[in-house]
Amino acid sequence: MFRYTVKRLIQGVITVWFIATATFFAMHLVPGDPLADEKAVTAEIRTNLEAKYGLDKSTGQQYLIFMKNLAAGDFGISFTQQNREVNDIIREHFPVSATLGILAIVFAGLGGVLWGALTALYRNKLPDIVIMFLVILGISVPSFVFAAIGQLSLVGLNALLGASILPIAGWGTVWHMLVPSLVLGLGTMAYLTRLMRSSMLEIVNSDFVRTAKSKGLPATRIFTRHQLRNAILPVITVLGPSIAAITTGGFVVEIVFAIPGLGRYFVQAVQQLDYTVIMGTTVFYGAFLVFMVIVVDLLYGMVDPRVRLE
Amino acid sequence: MSVQVAQDSFTRSAGKQLLVYGLLSILGVIVLMLGLSWASGQTGTATGTGQAVDPATNTISILMAEEPPQLNSTLATDTISGMVLGHIMEGLLTYDQHNRLAPGIAETWEIGEYRAVFNLRRSALWSDGKPVTAHDFVFAWRKTLDPEIASQYAFIMYPIKNAEAINKGEMPGTDLGVRAIDDYTLEVDLERPIAYFDKLVAFSTYLPMREDFFNSTSGKYAADADMMLFNGPFRLTTWVHGARLRFEKNQTYWRRDEVRLDAIDVPYITTDTNAPLNLFKDNKVAYTSLTAENLQNALERRWHLNRFQDGSVSFIEFNHRPDRLTNNIHLRKAMQMAQDSSELVYKVTKLPGYLPGESLFPVWLRGVNDFFRVEYPAPVVKLNLEEARRHLELAKADLNLKEFPPLVLLTGDNPISNILAEYFQGVFKKNLGLDMKIDKQIFKQRLAKMASGEFDLVLAGWGPDFDDPLTFGDLFASWNLNNRGRYDSPALDAQVRIAQNSVDPKTRMDAFGEIQRILIEDAVILPSYERGVVYVTHPHLKGLVRRAVGADPNFVYAWIDTQ
Repeated sequence: MFRYTVKRLIQGVITVWFIATATFFAMHLVPGDPLADEKAVTAEIRTNLEAKYGLDKSTGQQYLIFMKNLAAGDFGISFTQQNREVNDIIREHFPVSATLGILAIVFAGLGGVLWGALTALYRNKLPDIVIMFLVILGISVPSFVFAAIGQLSLVGLNALLGASILPIAGWGTVWHMLVPSLVLGLGTMAYLTRLMRSSMLEIVNSDFVRTAKSKGLPATRIFTRHQLRNAILPVITVLGPSIAAITTGGFVVEIVFAIPGLGRYFVQAVQQLDYTVIMGTTVFYGAFLVFMVIVVDLLYGMVDPRVRLE
Repeated sequence: MSVQVAQDSFTRSAGKQLLVYGLLSILGVIVLMLGLSWASGQTGTATGTGQAVDPATNTISILMAEEPPQLNSTLATDTISGMVLGHIMEGLLTYDQHNRLAPGIAETWEIGEYRAVFNLRRSALWSDGKPVTAHDFVFAWRKTLDPEIASQYAFIMYPIKNAEAINKGEMPGTDLGVRAIDDYTLEVDLERPIAYFDKLVAFSTYLPMREDFFNSTSGKYAADADMMLFNGPFRLTTWVHGARLRFEKNQTYWRRDEVRLDAIDVPYITTDTNAPLNLFKDNKVAYTSLTAENLQNALERRWHLNRFQDGSVSFIEFNHRPDRLTNNIHLRKAMQMAQDSSELVYKVTKLPGYLPGESLFPVWLRGVNDFFRVEYPAPVVKLNLEEARRHLELAKADLNLKEFPPLVLLTGDNPISNILAEYFQGVFKKNLGLDMKIDKQIFKQRLAKMASGEFDLVLAGWGPDFDDPLTFGDLFASWNLNNRGRYDSPALDAQVRIAQNSVDPKTRMDAFGEIQRILIEDAVILPSYERGVVYVTHPHLKGLVRRAVGADPNFVYAWIDTQ
């Protein structure tokens, strides 16, 4: 177990290094000028600017400097938010994205398992048909539509009640978090519901469930111990990548609900060719994703005794 | 039958069990949310839940599209930072609620041909109670021109003696022609006579900065609310990055009695197009501008819509480089006469507040005694297809071409650019049989292509920095770096020089009139529109000032009126 963990961590570091290198060179290949602004600057100011951001050196040299700073954990200063260090941006805004992401994944995970189990239990009956229809909707409609609908419904609700029950944008209290995290988790919830349903249906007809029933075990025990516990395994498998996808994919929801998360810095940096923020957020998110996948693999070994980590 | 009964009973028990799990989950989620809420409360990211207008605390709430990228006035270049700086800082001169130039920190001033003297008022204080002195201006201006900080707006100080040489690193900063004769007298040597220096010092790059405070921030000046000093109507008291800004009335401001709001809260920062309207509907923000997408929605609600021209002008800029077909005057003339900016504005874009473009000089600019465009009307270009086709034939003959190859129309990726590009593509095809290849690029790439000249036509625009026609007038001078099409005309250059060097209003306006004529007769650009802004305000919010030059929108003179 320990050896396995160390091995995976070393692999993870190499993966992150690869992500950083690929991003660095891809970023420099993108056409466009990171220092260009609406108003042209003189050659002298241009030279001063390039020196300030280290762009006067060759790409190779810039890469070496970047790697040296990366090893020291320093991503430099943002091009667009000129007084802020990229480290500060990540430190201040990632917790917001993480909070939103954790809630969304909890909604998605719990909802997926519960709805999936319910639909499997009432297969081809009304709850199954209704929920599966909603699931198709949840998978096919993109999150910006849900975000817009979510916000509009809140406006309508507040207008109807004549008071602000739930804030329609902003961040900070539990009321600010509810709707954005639900919206963010909806797609994943729908996907997990389908996964859980098919997994449950497979288990329901398996031999060990039939044996348990014929032994006369109580229904609740069979349901919890034999069916749910086994059916949940595929859900846990996809949970790792889902966590990363949700945490990094909160961009749209963050913009619509005016949430100060890292997602919008991540996307806007690419649009504005903000080199330091692109590198900082990509490496950070890359490392985060790699780490989550390792955690899920370790978790898997604990949930499923058949899996041995070597 | 019995199997069915057993199955039903299993489903029932399992269903009940599932219900228990469901309830437990909800309970767990509630606990988790409370925990997260507590944790994020600890980090101080909580935004306000105030109303749009709160008479009890004399506070209004507004939103911003993004947070100010740079509040260090020596480095700021963008309009959002300019808007914020206009509320928290004050320069030598400023603009009043009628958009007239007014005394700021300078009580009186005298601007001669080669020397300007500003007498500072003794009642002007920084937010820590210390006086604003002439030394603060000397420090800030030298800082701006320091090559090391690479200020992109350093050029706006070039009229000051030795400024350009210092910015190029050819002279030490101490040689700048700016002196503090004493704490309250600022003397400025000018490179040349300059008619609009009073308007120039109202620009945000000319704001003061106090040396001892700047040095105490160890490179973090203006990075946070507590890393700044204020000498304007408001203080920035809270700045949670990406989430919230809060401005409170500055009790040390010399004109504090004229500031009627106690606080301006900015609890929302978002670039989303619909969220501002939703927040306005929900009575959370007191002001929002409207986009083309949500205008209809606002109209249906019968809100009172306010219109305003933000001062900027949009136009098609031709590439005048010698190797381009658009270097040919007849081709440009043909295109000029084959399109109609009023059709574009009234029938295609149909955005309220927009004016058809007729000149590089927008309608709000002042001339000698009246508006510039009243005194010097722009030559009228009428849609004339016959004449346009005649010019096109001449162009073909000049260039020795049977048919024109497709011309590249470079444009941005925003909705209005799409509409414009498609309109011009259609019009030039229909009226002249010319093919346009639309090259749509994101902001930085469009700029890069404009700079390197990879276009035949580009949808461009220009906004004013200071309140003088020269802010537009020198744009197509051959030496101007923003002349991306590299238009090069000795006749126009000569007029620009007159406008720059003369101090006689009539002579200068004559020169601008001449520049306007050349730009149209030579079809240097095809003006498309003067940009409009449509916005809504809370009925209780009064005194909001909109301006083409300076901090806009401006809440300095605003107040809450619940009548």
